[in-house]
Amino acid sequence: MDKPFAITLDVGSSLANHTGSWRTSRPLYVDSLPPCNNACPAGENIQGWLFHAEAGDYEAAWRVLVQDNPLPAVMGRICYHPCETSCNRGQFDSAVGINSVERFLGDEAIKQGWKFAVPDKASGKKVLIVGAGPSGLSTAYHLVRLGHQVVIFDAGPLAGGMMRFGIPKYRLPRDVLDAEIKRILDMGVMLKLNTRVDNILDTMKSGGFDAAFLAVGAHIGKRAHIPAGSAAKVLDAVGVLHSMEGEEKPMLGRRVVVYGGGNTAIDVARTAKRLGATESIIVYRRTREKMPAHDFEVEEALQEGILIKWLSTIKQVSDEGALTIEKMVLDDKGFPQPTGEFETLESDSLVLALGQDVDLSLLNGVPGLEIKDGIVQVMPNMMTGHPGIFAGGDMVPSERTVTVGVGHGKKAARNIDAWLRGGEYAAAPKHELAAYEKLNPWYYSDAPKIMRPMLEVVRRQSTFDEVQGGLDETSAQFEARRCMSCGNCFECDNCYGVCPDNAVIKLGPGKRFEFNYDYCKGCGICVSECPCGAIKMVPEDV
Amino acid sequence: MPFQPVKFYQTGTFTVGNRLLALEQRSVQANMQRTNSLNSGHRACQGCGEALGARYAIDAAMRASNKQLIAANATGCLEVFSTPYPETSWQIPWIHSLFGNTAAVATGIAAALRVKGRREVRVIAQGGDGGTTDIGFGCLSGMFERNDDVLYICYDNEAYMNTGVQRSSATPPAARTATTMPVGPEPGNVFGQGKNVAQIAMAHNIPYVATATVADLHDLEYKVNRAMGMHGARYIHIFVPCPLGWGAASNDTIRLARLARETGLFAVYEAEHGEVTSVSKIRKRVPVEDYLKLQRRFAHLFGKTPALETIARIQAMADKNIRKFGLLEQGGQ
Ligand SMILES: Cc1ncc(C[n+]2csc(CCOP(=O)(O)OP(=O)(O)O)c2C)c(N)n1
Ligand code: SF4
Ligand SMILES: [Mg+2]
Repeated sequence: MDKPFAITLDVGSSLANHTGSWRTSRPLYVDSLPPCNNACPAGENIQGWLFHAEAGDYEAAWRVLVQDNPLPAVMGRICYHPCETSCNRGQFDSAVGINSVERFLGDEAIKQGWKFAVPDKASGKKVLIVGAGPSGLSTAYHLVRLGHQVVIFDAGPLAGGMMRFGIPKYRLPRDVLDAEIKRILDMGVMLKLNTRVDNILDTMKSGGFDAAFLAVGAHIGKRAHIPAGSAAKVLDAVGVLHSMEGEEKPMLGRRVVVYGGGNTAIDVARTAKRLGATESIIVYRRTREKMPAHDFEVEEALQEGILIKWLSTIKQVSDEGALTIEKMVLDDKGFPQPTGEFETLESDSLVLALGQDVDLSLLNGVPGLEIKDGIVQVMPNMMTGHPGIFAGGDMVPSERTVTVGVGHGKKAARNIDAWLRGGEYAAAPKHELAAYEKLNPWYYSDAPKIMRPMLEVVRRQSTFDEVQGGLDETSAQFEARRCMSCGNCFECDNCYGVCPDNAVIKLGPGKRFEFNYDYCKGCGICVSECPCGAIKMVPEDV
Repeated sequence: MPFQPVKFYQTGTFTVGNRLLALEQRSVQANMQRTNSLNSGHRACQGCGEALGARYAIDAAMRASNKQLIAANATGCLEVFSTPYPETSWQIPWIHSLFGNTAAVATGIAAALRVKGRREVRVIAQGGDGGTTDIGFGCLSGMFERNDDVLYICYDNEAYMNTGVQRSSATPPAARTATTMPVGPEPGNVFGQGKNVAQIAMAHNIPYVATATVADLHDLEYKVNRAMGMHGARYIHIFVPCPLGWGAASNDTIRLARLARETGLFAVYEAEHGEVTSVSKIRKRVPVEDYLKLQRRFAHLFGKTPALETIARIQAMADKNIRKFGLLEQGGQ
């Protein structure tokens, strides 16, 4: 024995002692569903693209974004961003400016000329899309990515649908819209403008289409029964916004009254102001709280000097344009009730913004269709009652926004693809929601949201220049870095650092971490100290 | 110059690392090549704050000394759980002293190295609060007074944990230990005079004294690094929660250390030659209940009739710390 005095055993390492056997529950890395992603009607992987934007890799961020939504520069302007409403950071200080970053990426892509990749494998199937609005374009984009040939027919003179003929320029500059549409068309999508489809079945047959996606939108302004003198000027909002895109701008006069309380009413009133109306007045039968229009748009309209008459209905229009207005009160259920109190409001024109209907004439004679309240019914896979004919956007039951339309496009494309291949599309099961309670907010530094610059009011009252500006790179990156990466590892090294047993293995940049279950005692510190809730504890079978 | 935390708006100011920070701005613990001075397989309880604190501190010291380090270790949990004969978890030259003489053993090692001309090899002494504030106190004070070239690190878990949770002079008032049971008119440990060894160390006017917790790694590493950059007697007092001894959940170790700081019960600061040079401010002040309630050693304060007066006395201790060390940001409440 060649050992020092009083030593009888070789020195051993404690690595021989597998303390993992003490464990009664084990930590597991998970990817949970961030609330922003969960709330996005277009199904964007927001946390996923913010992750790349944080690192300044804007192209990678944009590429993740456009996996779901081909119109980021458009959406970064006009989306009502339910993602921000549900953003966990809102419970910490204020929501991440997701929409601002999206716009930055969209604009950057246009500036840099980033293009969509087109698959080289063609399926040999041909799909007809009717309507080049948000959901038609989105469906086209996703179908091309899935290898199908796509032709879009649109009755209008230009593509874009409501993005062009419904949303005013000051919210969505047309060069931005054109650039994003062109990028989709550049993938090889054939677009036939000024082509109205009168009979869908005939068109499909003569063109040799294997399936069709209908997205004609809802372009017929709803009329209300208001007795009006024959000389009174009564227009509808969709018509007014539509004619803004033509050579002849609508003649609305100096005093314009808009009747309705939705976003379209606001858009028309703000447009009228810009066209030179000295007074642009919205008449709405309920209160601001009950108004369907988004409050920030109401606010912007008020800033521009739009007047709003709350709790008022229009009873009658005289030949000279004098409106008889009745005052309303809200009953306990929140419905407006007449008071019998009247007043008169002078106007040069009255614009009705009371909602829109769908032009369903192309569907005449199609067997199997179900139409309810003037809207085409679809199954969960977006297919109508007629096999092979799918529909989406404003013409099916849904919230009528561009984002929802784009979301329909992705969903429809996947289902059309499955149908064309004789199968059924099964969405991957949703991950568990990364609720705020699962985060450890201690680790996030306080960082107030950066707001986008707004055009000064004078210019908003007289020009169609874009109202809301974009963020510069530094600010956009700052905003991206405010993301807490809810439910998804962002490699902060906390688990690797805080384990008292060195039982977390760091795999290197971009590769995340792994547990060494030989030594993990299951204390759960890594779970508690993970800022973003990307580790969970599960019981060990003992 | 006091510690300047990285101002990084996502995380990184507080997390161990961050993929977006430059390597030198991340902690030693974020590094794939860290020493892991106290390696896996040690027998510390689940969630041991002392094991964590020791790895944090010694890994930082290893980097600061370019891996030229010897540590002497007092008897206590850290020694027992790391080295059951013939195994060791230590990845550094390490010697077990007695319970009460670590400071003296380290002084001896430092003297031997000086004689041998090995100035580059640095010496650390480490022990628990019992080994430091009680039995080893004489040796420690001597080491300070002679200004021996040793960094002494005390891992304070507020009792003699290794032998079954007996009271030490670092045990807080009202805490239940095996020797201060929650019975009688003043249940738990008495409200005594207290014995603040970091303050006593400062009174020796030694080059460097600091307090730290396992909840703020960047600060802890900074302090070890700062101490290693100096010679002479240096002292760092690290607050390390003990799930078993405190009756706390094993996953709450870091949370408790954070709360000790955020309540003001444990003041985090550094001092040079007897003068405080920087103080870690409270970020989000919380009442002491938030801290006490997570620990069964204080459960008797929260029975059917909560011991409001006792809780108020503990709160008063926190408030006094806040006043004395100026723990609140200017304008904070
Ligand atoms: C002279 C002497 N007295 C008593 C003991 C028994 N003993 C070993 S460790 C310990 C307590 C250690 O407490 P502390 O220093 O606080 O370290 P901890 O275990 O809490 O980390 C005691 C009393 C001893 N080893 N030597
Ligand atoms: S913090 Fe980031 S991941 Fe979490 S909800 Fe907000 S944007 Fe999404
Ligand atoms: Mg102790």
